[in-house]
Amino acid sequence: MDNIYILIIFSENLAGVLNQVTNVFTRRQLNIESLNVSPSGIDGVHRYTITTRTNETMIQLVCRQIEKKIDVIQAQYYTKDEVFMMEQALYKLEMDKMMLCPENSKAIRKYDARIVEVNTDYCIVAQEGSHRETSELYYFLKESGCLRQAVASGIIAVSKSSEEPLADYLEKRAQQSKDL
Amino acid sequence: MTEILTGAEIMMRSLAAEGVKTIFGYPGGAIMPVFDALYDYVDYPNTSHRGTFNHILVRHEQAAAHAAEGYARVSGEVGVCLVTSGPGATNTITGIADAMMDSTPIVVITGQVHKDVLGYDAFQEVDVVDITQPICKWSYQIRNAEDVAWAVSRAFYIARSGRPGPVVLDFTKGAQTRKAEYIPKKVDFIRSYVPVPETSETCIEEAAALINKAERPFVLVGQGVELAGAQAELVRFLETCGAPAGCTMMGLSALASDHPLNMGMLGMHGALATNKQTQQCDLLIAIGMRFADRITGKLATYAPQAKKIHFDIDPAEINKCVKVDVPVLGDCKDTIAAVTKRLEKREHKAWIDSFKPWQQQEDEIVIQPQIHPAEGPLRMGEVVRKVTEATKNKAVLVTDVGQNQMMSARYFRFSRPRSIITSGGMGTMGFCLPAAIGATFGAPERTVCAIMGDGGLQMTIEELGTIMEQRCPVKIILLNNNFLGNVRQWQNLFFDKRYSFTPMVNPDYNMIASAYDIPSRTVIEREDLESAIEEMLATDGPFLLQCAIMPEDNVLPMCCPGSDVDDMVLTIEA
Repeated sequence: MDNIYILIIFSENLAGVLNQVTNVFTRRQLNIESLNVSPSGIDGVHRYTITTRTNETMIQLVCRQIEKKIDVIQAQYYTKDEVFMMEQALYKLEMDKMMLCPENSKAIRKYDARIVEVNTDYCIVAQEGSHRETSELYYFLKESGCLRQAVASGIIAVSKSSEEPLADYLEKRAQQSKDL
Repeated sequence: MTEILTGAEIMMRSLAAEGVKTIFGYPGGAIMPVFDALYDYVDYPNTSHRGTFNHILVRHEQAAAHAAEGYARVSGEVGVCLVTSGPGATNTITGIADAMMDSTPIVVITGQVHKDVLGYDAFQEVDVVDITQPICKWSYQIRNAEDVAWAVSRAFYIARSGRPGPVVLDFTKGAQTRKAEYIPKKVDFIRSYVPVPETSETCIEEAAALINKAERPFVLVGQGVELAGAQAELVRFLETCGAPAGCTMMGLSALASDHPLNMGMLGMHGALATNKQTQQCDLLIAIGMRFADRITGKLATYAPQAKKIHFDIDPAEINKCVKVDVPVLGDCKDTIAAVTKRLEKREHKAWIDSFKPWQQQEDEIVIQPQIHPAEGPLRMGEVVRKVTEATKNKAVLVTDVGQNQMMSARYFRFSRPRSIITSGGMGTMGFCLPAAIGATFGAPERTVCAIMGDGGLQMTIEELGTIMEQRCPVKIILLNNNFLGNVRQWQNLFFDKRYSFTPMVNPDYNMIASAYDIPSRTVIEREDLESAIEEMLATDGPFLLQCAIMPEDNVLPMCCPGSDVDDMVLTIEA
C-alpha cells in the first residue's frame, strides 16, 4: 500500500548532485511531492528533504539507488510518525475584500499565522505549521475570495529518534580515513 | 622544486601516475591543447623514441569508448578515451552507457569550451556532465588547472574500485591552457563513497547454514566473480559444496567451460538444463550477478520454490529484481572464501545427474544439428565451434549483438578468465569491432576472435581503418546471413513472419577488406571451413573470414519474453 515517506538525504557540496537525486525518482516513476535543499548542521554537507508517496519496497530501492551516487553521503527514509515536520506558507490577500471578511482574521489567529505586511492594496500573511494546517488555512482563504497569491515551502523534517546516523557515519568514515 | 605546468600537461602527468599506457582518442577543437601536450608523451613514428603512452587514433568517437571497454574487460585495467567537446563527446555516450550496464571501468575525457562561454551555446558546446550523469558512476567538469590532478586521481579511483564503471571528465579549454603548480594527488578515500560494503558475519553464517542444509543447491555465476578475480575461490566453493553451476553470459569465462560442475549458460538462450533446474533447486546461490530479465524470464514465477542467497558488492542490487533470503555484501573474493570455510563437503550426485536428461535432449534436438549439420549451408554454431577448437579454447571472444552473440556465447568454450567481451546489458550493435581492437591492446599476447554479423559490422565498419593503421591482430569472423538475424527470428515468432526491414543488402566484404589492406577469405562450402580458420589464425595481424551462413537460422533453445524460465522452445517451424 502507498504511504507518504520522508527521505532525508545528505550530500557533499558538489555541482549536479540534486539532478542525480531527482533523476532516481524520474526513472522509478515516482512523483516528488515536496523538496527542500538546505545546508545541514555540518560544514560542506547539504541536506535534502523529499516527500513522496509509494510503498516500502520501492522506497528502500530508491534510497539505495540514491546512496549509490558517489557524492551522496547518506539517504534515509521515514514515515510521517518518525519525524517532526513542518512547512511555511505565504498568502497575499486583497485588502478591499479582507475588510468584508472578519472570519479571515479569526482564521489567521486560529492557525497561528501572522500578518507581516499591510498596505491599502493588500496584506501578506505568513504561516508555519504542518502540511494539514497550511492546507486548511489555504482553502479557507481561497473560499473567502481574497486570495491573490499563495506559496508553500517544501516540507522540512527532523527525525524523532535519538540516533544520529549521519554523525555516526561521518565519525566512522573519519576513523577509516585515518586508518588508511 | 615546484613545477608550473599547463592543465593539459598536468593531465598527461596525472594519467601517467595512474599507470595509463594506452589511450583511444580522436582530436578536435576543444581538446587540442591536450592533444598538443600528448605529442610529447607518445612514441614518435619511425624513430626509436618511446613515449609514456600509446595513443590509438580511432575513426569515430563511439569506437574510442568501445575500444576502451574492450581494453578494460580483457586486462582488468581502466580503459581511457580522449575526445573533443560537442559531437565528440555525444558520440561516446553509447559506450559510456554500455560500460555502466556491464560494470566496465573506463575514464572518458571530453574537451569542453572555455568556462567563460559555458551556457552561451558556443560552437561544439554540449552539457556533457548533465547528459552523462545518469549513465556513469561519476561525471565532473574540470574548470581550473589546479583541479586536474585531483580530478584524474578521483576518476580512476572511482572507475576501478568497488563495482567498476565509467567516469567522465569534462575538461574546459581554459583549464587545459592555464598554468598551475603540479602537485601529484592520490585519491584512495572518498567520505561519501564506500566501494566495498561491510560484510555481515551473521549473513556469512546464515549463507553457510543454508548451503549445508540444501539438497538441491544451484549456483548462478556472474561477471562479478571475474571482476573480483575470484575464479579460484569459486572453484573451491563449488567443489566443497558440490553444487552445480550455471553462468550468465557476462560470467561465461568466470568458470572453465569444461569444469564438471559447469552446467552451461543461463537465461533466454541458455542451456535447457540450467533453466529447467532453476525451477527445481531448493537453494539458489547468486554470485556477482543482477537477476537481469534475460536471466530470470517471468519474474513472478522465478524459482519460487527456492531459498535464495545473493553475493554482491553493490547494495543497490539486493532485492532489486528478486527478493532474497540472505544477502552477502562485500567483495566476493573474500565472501566466497569466508563461506567456503564453513561448508561441509558434499556431492549431490543425484541432483547433478538430474541435469543430464535435459542436456541429452538439448544435445539431440538443438546442439548436434547446429554444430555438426550433415548438409545444407553453414550454420553459425558450427563456425563458432570450429573457431574455438582451432584456438584450443584459449582465445578471447569478442561478440557483437544478436544471433552471432548468442551462438558465440552458446558454442565458444572458455578455459581462461576474462575471455568473453560482449555487450550484455545494453546490447550495443557495433560494439564488436572496436572492442576487439581494444582487446588486442589489453592482451597483446592473446588471440582475439571477433565474431559478428553483417548488421553489426556495418555499424562501426569505419574501424577497419584503425585496424589497417595499427595492424591490430583482430580475427574478424563475419557470420553473414544478409539479415538482421535476431530481429528476423522475433518477427518469425511474434510478428507473423512479417520481415519488416530485416533483410539486408550487403557490400562485397572481401573488396572492403582488400581496400583496407586486410587479408580476407569467404567460405561458402563446409569442407573449406577448417582450412580457412587455419589460414586466419596462421596469418600475422588482422584477417577477415566471411562465412556465408544459413539465411534463416534460429537461436535455440529460447525462453520467450514473458515465459517462465523453464518454458523453453526447442524448435521453430520454418
